[in-house]
Amino acid sequence: MAEARTAERAAQGEGHPSGDERFALLDKTLRKARYQQDQLIEVLHVAQDLFGHLSEDILIYLARQLKLPPSRVYGVATFYHLFSFTAPGRHSATVCMGTACFVKGAEEIVQQLEAAHDVRSGQTTEDGELTVSTARCVGSCGLAPVVVVDGVVTSHQTAESTLAHVGEVLAKEPTEAST
Amino acid sequence: MSRGNGRPSIPVTIDGQEAMAYEGETILDVATRIGVRIPRLCYLEGLSVWGGCRLCLVEVEDDPRYRLSCATPVVAEMAVTTTNWELHNHRRRIVEMLFAEGNHICAVCVSNGDCELQDLAAETDVDHIHYDLQHPDASVDASHPKYVLDRERCVLCTRCVRVCNEIEGAHVWDVGGRGSDSMIVAELSKPWGESPSCTWCGKCVLVCPTGALAFKGRAVGEMRHDPAVIDFLKTARDEGKWYERQEAR
Repeated sequence: MAEARTAERAAQGEGHPSGDERFALLDKTLRKARYQQDQLIEVLHVAQDLFGHLSEDILIYLARQLKLPPSRVYGVATFYHLFSFTAPGRHSATVCMGTACFVKGAEEIVQQLEAAHDVRSGQTTEDGELTVSTARCVGSCGLAPVVVVDGVVTSHQTAESTLAHVGEVLAKEPTEAST
Repeated sequence: MSRGNGRPSIPVTIDGQEAMAYEGETILDVATRIGVRIPRLCYLEGLSVWGGCRLCLVEVEDDPRYRLSCATPVVAEMAVTTTNWELHNHRRRIVEMLFAEGNHICAVCVSNGDCELQDLAAETDVDHIHYDLQHPDASVDASHPKYVLDRERCVLCTRCVRVCNEIEGAHVWDVGGRGSDSMIVAELSKPWGESPSCTWCGKCVLVCPTGALAFKGRAVGEMRHDPAVIDFLKTARDEGKWYERQEAR
């Protein structure tokens, strides 16, 4: 029912031509923001939550909806580290770089992760499997060093234990997908 | 320059020189009018105030902070010092940092001899750079048929961004990224030549203080900018003063 409505609206030139359901949710946010141009950052947040990242398509769509020049939307979005422009990997490993974790060797963990998976922190492996990132402080300094793998906090990590754990998580995927 | 109607009514002192200012004038406006030169880079007459380069900072009596002369309106009895040893040092450091931040090699630059950064270096007595040169790996965009953008020579004054938005009305340019990753981008960081909104007017090239934006095909030292044309355009439009321009390009 909802799908049909979205498709109908797309056909009428409203909303996004792809008819993607998420654009309907984005439209709702835009309406709530009364299409005010100064609501751009809030709308970008919602778009990032909905799509996981801000693709060019989404930026163009928002520029059009808010009647803003594309370069302005791009400039605002790229200013903030919280927005990402590439699709996140299927798995994620976030290493805490807060003071406590850093002192207990978080940097070593990041370096080993980067080397082992041929990826730079903040980026995703070429096969789209793993995103490696760093965080300022996850607020569990007693558990330092902390690595958050797929949203699950793992404590007292070493480079070896992190690599082993991430390897396990990556290896698990095919069986999960087949079931 | 916002000059109200009627007579100048605000008494100010700039470098010991007494002057009457109009309501709403900035320190820089008054100083320029009475012939006191304040170094500046991002400021351009005819465009909105950006206040990014911090070169036009001045000292105001009984004010603990330096003020940006381009963005500070005058108030009555204001006493301004536009240059002293400290201000001069601050300015020199700012210019040095601008040099350190980019790859400014005058000897191979199209704008050699017509460069506001070069002029500022001379004006602020820069003889060497006290900071580590960053040697940024910035990109060159030569996709436009008529113009070239060399980001290594860009000082991020945003004149091009403002002139494109405010005077031409196309808003092709904006500043993307943050901190040392900031750069001038066209559209969604696309090649300039593919921009559907660029009108090829070239005003961004005319106002660029350095060799970052230049006409294509110019060799070393052959580029001539013309930032003053913007003030002419603005006054002509706002006040209907379409007088023949005296200075030629």
